Amino acid sequence: MTEPALRMSDVRKVYSMADNEVVALDHATLTVGADEIVALVGPSGSGKTTLCSIAGGILEATEGSVVVGGEEITDYGDKELTTFRQNRVGFVFQSVNLVPFLTARENLLVVDELGRREGRPARERADRLLGELGLSDRSKNLPSQLSGGQKQRVAIGRALMNEPELVLFDEPTSALDTDLGQQVMELIRSEMKSRGTAAIVVTHDERITSYCDRTVHITDGVLRS
Amino acid sequence: MRLSLRELIRRPGRFVTATVILTLIAVLLMFLGGLLDGLLRLSTGAIRAQTADAIVFSQSSQASFLRSRIEVADRQAIASADGVDEVGGLGVVLLGARVPGNGPRDLANVALWGYELPPVGVPAPPAPGEAYADELLRADGVEVGQEVLIGPARTPIKVIGWVTDTAYNGQGGLWADLGTWHQVLAANRPDAMLPDGVVQALAISGPGSPADVVAAADAATGGRTYALTIPEAIDSIPGVTEQQNTFNQILGVTVVIAMVVIALFFALLTVERTALYGVLKAIGARSRTIFGGLVVQATVVTLIASTIAAALVIVLDLLIPPGSIPLYVSVGRILLSVVLLLIAAVIGSAFSLRRVLHIDPASALGSST
Repeated sequence: MTEPALRMSDVRKVYSMADNEVVALDHATLTVGADEIVALVGPSGSGKTTLCSIAGGILEATEGSVVVGGEEITDYGDKELTTFRQNRVGFVFQSVNLVPFLTARENLLVVDELGRREGRPARERADRLLGELGLSDRSKNLPSQLSGGQKQRVAIGRALMNEPELVLFDEPTSALDTDLGQQVMELIRSEMKSRGTAAIVVTHDERITSYCDRTVHITDGVLRS
Repeated sequence: MRLSLRELIRRPGRFVTATVILTLIAVLLMFLGGLLDGLLRLSTGAIRAQTADAIVFSQSSQASFLRSRIEVADRQAIASADGVDEVGGLGVVLLGARVPGNGPRDLANVALWGYELPPVGVPAPPAPGEAYADELLRADGVEVGQEVLIGPARTPIKVIGWVTDTAYNGQGGLWADLGTWHQVLAANRPDAMLPDGVVQALAISGPGSPADVVAAADAATGGRTYALTIPEAIDSIPGVTEQQNTFNQILGVTVVIAMVVIALFFALLTVERTALYGVLKAIGARSRTIFGGLVVQATVVTLIASTIAAALVIVLDLLIPPGSIPLYVSVGRILLSVVLLLIAAVIGSAFSLRRVLHIDPASALGSST
C-alpha cells in the first residue's frame, strides 16, 4: 500500500504570549493520500498557515506526530528540518515571492543550489518543467518581465523542482483575477495529478475547492471534514 | 554564493552608495598611510640606509646626533672590543644650501653627512669637497655637477651623483667624507665644532647579532657611550614614534568607520530582504548560506572600492608635484589598506548574522508582503 503523503496525528501547536497561551492548532489529525489534493479552508487566524507550516517542516509541533512521505519529522531540529524542506516538500507562497534578480529558469534552479546541488540533472529538470508550464520562451525573463499568471507558474515550477511528496499552496490565486485563478488551479491539478504528487491548497475561496479532491475546514485550530 | 554574486551583477545600483562611501574611506586610508610612509621616509632614510648593526652615541646625547660626541679613545676602545669588527665615524649637520639658479633666499634644506661606512646605495666616501645628493633635492633644483653653497659660510660642495631614500629629519641628504663634514661644521656651526678625529656617532658591525654588537660596544667604554640597533636608532629620532602613533590612531579610526559603514549598510540590506530570506529559508536555505552571501557581497564591494581607491591614490601621487607633500605610495601600503578594509568588511557584515539567524522561514507563509 502506498504511504500517505502526509499523516498528522493529534497535532497541537501552542504559542506562549506573556502569561497567555494561544492554541493555534488543537489536536489536528489529517491524512493526505499520495496523489490527493486537499483544500484547506478557513477564515483568517483559523490555523491554516500553522498547519501548513508544521506539515512543511517550517514549524515544530508542540504535541502530536507528523509524518511526510513516510518520514517522521516530529522530533527534527532546525538543521534536519532544513534538509527535509530541501528534499521532501514544495511551497507556493501567497505573493509568489520569486527572487527578483533571478530569471525564471534560475528561480527554479535556486532550489538545487540551496539543496542537492545536482547540477546538470537539475538544469534538465528545470527546462522540462518550464516547458510543461508553457514558459520555455520566458526562461530568461526576470520576474519583473512576467505577468501575474506567469509568475505563479514559475512558483509552481520552483515548488516541483525537488520532486516533492507534498506541495503546500498558500492562497495561490489570491493575487489573480477569477479567470486567471481558475487557469492556475487547473494547472495545479494537472501538474499534481500527472506526477502523483499530493497537495494542500490553503484558501478562503470556496470556488477553488472544486479543483481539489477533498475539502477540510479549519476553525480556531480545529479541523473538520 | 552564486546567488549573492548574481545580485551584485544584476542590481549594482543597490550597492553604489556603499561602494562610493567605501571608496572615499579607502582613499583616505591609503592617502593617510602614504603620508605616514612619506614622513617616515623623510625622517629616517639616512638611518634606515645604514648597513651597520648599531649606532653608538655618547652617554648624555639622548640619541641625538647633534648632542653626541664620541672621543677618539672611545672609538679605539670600541674598535678593539671583541664582538665588533667594523667601525665607521658618522656625523650630520642640518643647514640651508644655496643652489645655482635659485633665488638668494630660496634655500634647499640639506642634511650634510660625513661617513666612513657607506650606507645602502651610497658609494664609498667621495673626495674632499664633494658629495652625493639625495634625489629629494632634485625638487630644489639641485643637479649633478653643480656646486651648492652650504650654510651661512657658503661652503662649496660639488654634487657628483644621486642617492635614494637617505633623507633625515625631513631634509635631503648630502653624503661627504668625514673631513668635509668637519670642515662644514666648523665653518657654519662653530658652537658645535668637533676636534679632528672626534665624531658624533659610530656605525658599528660585528659577527654576532645586533644585540651582541650593542652589548660589546657598551661594555668597551665603561658607560661613556651607548649603542642602539638600527630599529632602535630610528625610533629615537625625535618625532618618529609620535608621528607613527598619531597616524596609526587616525588609520585605526578610519578602519573602524569603514566597519561601521559596512555594518550599517548590510544591516539595512538584511532588514530590506527579510521577506526574501524567509522564502529562501522556507525552500531550504541554511542561515550560513545566507550569511555567507552577505559576507561575499561585503567582500566584493570592499574589493571594488579598494581597487578604485588604489587607482585614485596612484593618480593623485602622479599629479602631486614631487617634494610638495611627503606622500609615498607603495604596493605594501595599498595591500595593507586593502587587507584592513577586508577584515573590516567581514567583521562589519558579521553584525547582520544575528538578524539572519532570527529570520523565521514561517514568515514566508501567510505573508502578503
